Amino acid sequence: MHHRDLRIIAAGTLLAFTAALGGPVSAPAQSGPVKIGLLVPLTGAFAAIGKDMLNGTELYLDEIGRQVAGRKIELIVEDTEGNTATALTKARKLVDQDKIHVLTGGLLASTGYVLHPFADAQRIPTTYPVMASDDLTQRKPAKWVVRTGWSTSQPMHPFAEWVIKNTRFRKVVTIGMDYAFGWETVGGFQRPLEEQGGQIVQKIWTPLNTNDFAPFLAQVKRDADAVLALFVGRLALQFMKQYDEAGLRARLPLLGGGTTTDESVLPQMGDEAIGAITALHYSAAVDTPQNQKFAKAFAAKAGKITSYYSEACYTGARWVVEAVKAVGGKVEDREALLAALRKVDIKDAPRGPISVDRWGNPVQNIYVRKVEKVGGKLQNTVVATFPAVSQFWKYNPEEYLKLPLYTRDYPSCKAC
Amino acid sequence: MARQTVLAAGGLIAVGVIAPLLPSYPLTLLTQALISAIFAMSLDILLGYTGLPSLGHAAYFGVAAYAVAILAVDARAGFVTCVVAGLVAAAGTAALFGLLAIRATGTYFLMITLALGMVVWGLAFRWVSMTKGDNGISGIPRPELALPWSLGAPLPFFYFTLAAAALAWLALGLLVRSPFGMSLKGIRESESRMRSLGYNVWLHKYLSFIIAGVFAGFAGILWAYYNGFVSPVDVQLVTSVEALLMVALGGSGTLVGPAIGAALIVFLKNFVSVYTKRWLLILGAVYIGVILFAPRGLVGALRADAAPLPPAEG
Repeated sequence: MHHRDLRIIAAGTLLAFTAALGGPVSAPAQSGPVKIGLLVPLTGAFAAIGKDMLNGTELYLDEIGRQVAGRKIELIVEDTEGNTATALTKARKLVDQDKIHVLTGGLLASTGYVLHPFADAQRIPTTYPVMASDDLTQRKPAKWVVRTGWSTSQPMHPFAEWVIKNTRFRKVVTIGMDYAFGWETVGGFQRPLEEQGGQIVQKIWTPLNTNDFAPFLAQVKRDADAVLALFVGRLALQFMKQYDEAGLRARLPLLGGGTTTDESVLPQMGDEAIGAITALHYSAAVDTPQNQKFAKAFAAKAGKITSYYSEACYTGARWVVEAVKAVGGKVEDREALLAALRKVDIKDAPRGPISVDRWGNPVQNIYVRKVEKVGGKLQNTVVATFPAVSQFWKYNPEEYLKLPLYTRDYPSCKAC
Repeated sequence: MARQTVLAAGGLIAVGVIAPLLPSYPLTLLTQALISAIFAMSLDILLGYTGLPSLGHAAYFGVAAYAVAILAVDARAGFVTCVVAGLVAAAGTAALFGLLAIRATGTYFLMITLALGMVVWGLAFRWVSMTKGDNGISGIPRPELALPWSLGAPLPFFYFTLAAAALAWLALGLLVRSPFGMSLKGIRESESRMRSLGYNVWLHKYLSFIIAGVFAGFAGILWAYYNGFVSPVDVQLVTSVEALLMVALGGSGTLVGPAIGAALIVFLKNFVSVYTKRWLLILGAVYIGVILFAPRGLVGALRADAAPLPPAEG
């Protein structure tokens, strides 16, 4: 009896697989839609960010009626679960089965490092609207990848200069998440700060799964002038609260990397965030007609305030569309499309004017923002704008690239 | 028993025959399913045959994957060196962890293996000079063997994995049918009785732990080559839990069951998610359904000669 049952399962499983495998496979067509594959985390720990990314992308495509150069645009969305191996599997699916023309999206740095060789091997034009790890467009660039977002240390270089010129803060303690994004943020702040007479006097690294910042806050040197914090998501919320509770807010002004007060977490913060100064290539409070229009449309679609993630993907989608326009809709010519993606020049994005450098990273405005309460709501008020900032800041690119990537121990902390 | 083996072998051959007809994406999923199947079968040796539920099985999988990644990327080592190093790394880690874990049973064993797994995760995450931390190691080249086909293409790599999976299945199948495998089952049923019969229970469990680790490492080696990428995700708790689910879904103590469970999970994840964003709900419903209606797993439920349910504490 059971033998027959087993045979049925075996046959059934095989049948199910073949049925599933033989699923929709479309032939490449010259006149079909322009297919854009989007990788975003829709489940798991980063689902909220993924939703912002998806909303931003869809908003732009809807605004142009999902049409470009006489062809329809088809957006194919795949969930990465915030897992890089899954992202790679989904990228394969998008390229092999869906025959996409452009690949975009991705959140985690590791995903960027994995998509690099993938994009080059598949010769698929790829854009990174969010993934910011410095080396993706510095020491390890990929021919087929253009970054439309930012590099981690890009906002921090001018921010350090601003701090030196506009504040009396010279001795700074850094506290940040103990991974590449944290190290590159702190390193990007430390190098120009120390070149101009400031000092990092202590570096504190917190594990990614920290639940209580009290033991770390207790270590903060009380004779410093300010604290630079780098947190993302839930950790940013908790850090702000505990920084205030520990009585540090009154004593040590808070500086930070842009995500620490990004609008993806800012509405959930209380008055403890007021006064924090951070730097990023975007703020929802950028006062231009383009940004106001974007903010209004986004609020209507998603029911929330814009964040850097949603702007990144809104402008990222526009970037792809501009390139498709430039090649007259002939996306089948991949080399031409790639060349067009590397030449995109947008004057009126919500974040400001953007062009792209030789290494495939945007040159764009960097905003120094201060958290203020306006009309009962917290916002990142822009207090200074650095126009056309490159990922290399004022340094010579060749010499910059000869130095190591910013890590946990580089630049070393001489004054600690 | 023999007919079941024939059927499973037939299944493998059938998959091998239809493979050239498939587009490359389903083919890569099949490859992934085969690798997960080896991983799940290795855990079945511990969970199903020895009665030791491990929550840290990803450690051996990941250690081997990291060994391959570090050697292949940093040292440009060849295929044989990488495979041997991967297996030795997995065996060494299992031998060390086994010394600590084997003394416990049931929930305590779960907790010790969980903690040991977290140690490996912590190392992968924090030992940045070696593992590149959170960024992971990417750019692992596919192995260059003296074959007429390059393993860089999906089809040859699929056959390579198929051969590896068949080999692993054969080896594990022989193992569980050997006198050693019979003693493991005896230990699962009653440790004290086996001890009073004069068996060295500790040594049997220890060897079983190492063998399971080595085969998990074997899967890890293939995984490193398949993705060309290794990161702390490969050694984290979720990976260990997913392996447990594969075994539970297919039926522990059946070897074929976990392999089917692994294939089902890989395909459910990747196909259902195309059609709905709520695919996790469906996956969850499948798990609950199986636990409610087929607590011995899919294969276990259909076996007339299935052993009685293992004690609840397992």
